[in-house]
Amino acid sequence: MPIDSTPLSTSAPDAGNAAHARIVAARARHWERARRLVTWLLALWLATTFCTVFFARDLAHLSVFGWPLSFYLAAQGASLTYLAIIGGYAWRMRVLDRDFARALGESA
Amino acid sequence: MNAPAPKAAKSDPKTATRRYFRRLSRYYLWFTLCFALFLGALGILEKEGMPRQWIGHLYMFATIVLYATIGVVSRTSNVSEYYVAGRRVPALFNGMATAADWISAASFISLAGTLYLHGFDALAYVMGWTGGYCLVALLIAPYLRKFAQYTIPDFLAARYSGKGSNGNSGRGIPVRAMAVAATIVVSFTYVVAQIYAVGLIASRFTGVDFSVGIFLGLASILVCSFLGGMRAITWTQVAQYIIILVAFLIPTMWLSAKFAGNPVPQVAYGSVLPKLAEREAQLAADPREQEVRATFRARADACAARLAGLPRSWEAGKVEAQRQLDLARSRNASLGEIRNAERALLVYPRSADEAARVWAMERDANLARAQPPEPHAEPFPGKTREESDIRRNNFLALVFCLMFGTAALPHLLMRAYTTPSVHETRVSVFWTLFFILLIYLTMPALAVLAKFDIYTSLVGTDFSALPAWVSYWANVDKANPLISIVDVNGDGIVQLAEIAIDGDVLTLATPEIGGLPYVISGLVAAGGLAAALSTADGLLLAISNALSHDIYFKIVDPGASTQKRVTISKLLLLAVAFIAAYVASQKPADILSLVGTAFSLAGSTLFPALVAGVFWKRANHQGAIAGMSAGFLVCLYYMLHTNPVLGGNGDAAWFHIAPISAGVFGVPAGLAVLVLVSLMTPPPSRASVGLVEHLRAPE
Repeated sequence: MPIDSTPLSTSAPDAGNAAHARIVAARARHWERARRLVTWLLALWLATTFCTVFFARDLAHLSVFGWPLSFYLAAQGASLTYLAIIGGYAWRMRVLDRDFARALGESA
Repeated sequence: MNAPAPKAAKSDPKTATRRYFRRLSRYYLWFTLCFALFLGALGILEKEGMPRQWIGHLYMFATIVLYATIGVVSRTSNVSEYYVAGRRVPALFNGMATAADWISAASFISLAGTLYLHGFDALAYVMGWTGGYCLVALLIAPYLRKFAQYTIPDFLAARYSGKGSNGNSGRGIPVRAMAVAATIVVSFTYVVAQIYAVGLIASRFTGVDFSVGIFLGLASILVCSFLGGMRAITWTQVAQYIIILVAFLIPTMWLSAKFAGNPVPQVAYGSVLPKLAEREAQLAADPREQEVRATFRARADACAARLAGLPRSWEAGKVEAQRQLDLARSRNASLGEIRNAERALLVYPRSADEAARVWAMERDANLARAQPPEPHAEPFPGKTREESDIRRNNFLALVFCLMFGTAALPHLLMRAYTTPSVHETRVSVFWTLFFILLIYLTMPALAVLAKFDIYTSLVGTDFSALPAWVSYWANVDKANPLISIVDVNGDGIVQLAEIAIDGDVLTLATPEIGGLPYVISGLVAAGGLAAALSTADGLLLAISNALSHDIYFKIVDPGASTQKRVTISKLLLLAVAFIAAYVASQKPADILSLVGTAFSLAGSTLFPALVAGVFWKRANHQGAIAGMSAGFLVCLYYMLHTNPVLGGNGDAAWFHIAPISAGVFGVPAGLAVLVLVSLMTPPPSRASVGLVEHLRAPE
């Protein structure tokens, strides 16, 4: 089984307990950062979707390269933003995973 | 802790993975090259005078043999290979396969047409179907990969295992059974629509009978998924994606170069939009167009008058139809006239109730054609601010339903299990959306370009000089003509209001609209076929896995050997495929119109449980059961209540939200009930909490 299924044992010696506590702390930190990232990106996702649709009529008079802005956003802009959100998430999570591995390496 | 161990072993699997990746890339480059050669050869053959029918047959035959070959080559009886392709599909290829899995017949064939017909409103599909991947990537896929089992019910059952009879954690049978039921309901409606599309494309392009087309397509689906399960399906889908992409891009790029002088349609159509808007304004004010529209309005009024006169008008109409027939017979009219009179009597509504329905439809159809064209790029046009607001709210509701539905479709989520690591899963969702966008960003472009062509060159031509593609497509399906142009006002010139076009024809006819050879038309058909087959493959596997793995192995016979499990799965696949094909061959109009609702149902039932399973430790067994039932029931109730096809009444809608967007009520209801019931019942077992910890922890 992987490291993360280590049971929360109470009878282990002190040294084991300290190492265990460090893993738990590192994991909690990783999860906290991951959760914050997801919250921000979800907010961005919601804002993109909602604003594109809700304010479409107000943006229709602006024009970018021939497109009415609202049409461009709904047809391409929003979708490209979604792609960027997913790309950003994959990249950031990799950084967080590496930080976690480093934190474990230092503590070991 | 095993931190140093992977470091030592790190370089080896990494080079092996890279080698594997390179080998795959080489295979698919070769495949693409051969496909290009095949296209070239067919082009030459067409120039040499090979008949169209033969080209259609060759495409059908070649692609089906190709898929079958991949299926035979990757046959397997290994459980892990069969269910999750051995968990070693590189992110890029997994992304391609998922994209093919995702791009169904409906999005390949109908989406461009929907965009053509509904303009801005149809962009809800583009936004919803791409935005859903944010939810998949951020909330679900990486955690499923971390969980590393086989199906979606697997995850829900493990997370919401509840308490067993001996006080330990249970096996989560109720949750598993509900998740299986949801998977089957959602996937089955969807797979019937795919197989139906296979039959349509095959019969239109090769002239074989509709049901023969269905069984031909079915054969290729079966050879593939029957022999190799997920593994064969994955490698077939990558090939299918390449065909879909080529088939979609070639004609669109051609049109784009023709009308905008730039072969990149996504960039080019911006310059066509203002010209299109100008032309729309011109056509809206054109006196001849107004004349045609007035004719349709008069017809609608006549229908309305008959409706108001029910039931007497029905009796009078029946007597009149009989009288016409007798008259034709008594004066020895031509056979054609008698036939027409007979047919008029035959299709005459059988009862006053039926007449009320048929005439109301007729009235609405005529009224719709009496409207001036809506500006393509204008968001939510409406007579009043309120009407416009209703359209905006419906757009928003549809977008969210499609997003939640996308994030809960079992055949799609199943793909999160097939990559080598959690990180690869995240990257794979990125590639999935990337490959989907290659097609979806082009769809609105195709709609605008084709619309511009039809508005400028088809409208205003003489009826004696109609382009060849119009008459070809008008005759392809006699019962439901894909395009019909009738000289309503008798001036011998085509008016926009005289054109009735079915959205499906747009993608299929694009090559001919652009003046490309028939080889490209055949290619587009092959693309449509690939889209339908790839989605059907994934769906059938999702259904048969739910039955064999979740019902048979996990509930009925947990001691079954791996060999037996795979065999059972294959047999079930065969059975499900034949049932689906049989249902599709009955041309069930009701099921086909309900495919859109699959998204709402999937989202309302599965989405809250999936997300709460990872992000809320307190969510428990009882909460999940209550939440899934509540989401499903609210969604179903709203559909039954408001969808006229299901016997509901459109006027009963809440906040004027259309029945297809029922999920906008179902998802919050499911989530709220899940939270409330979880809080009212005891917290989940230690094992469930431990599982959540495991899912959240990095690798």
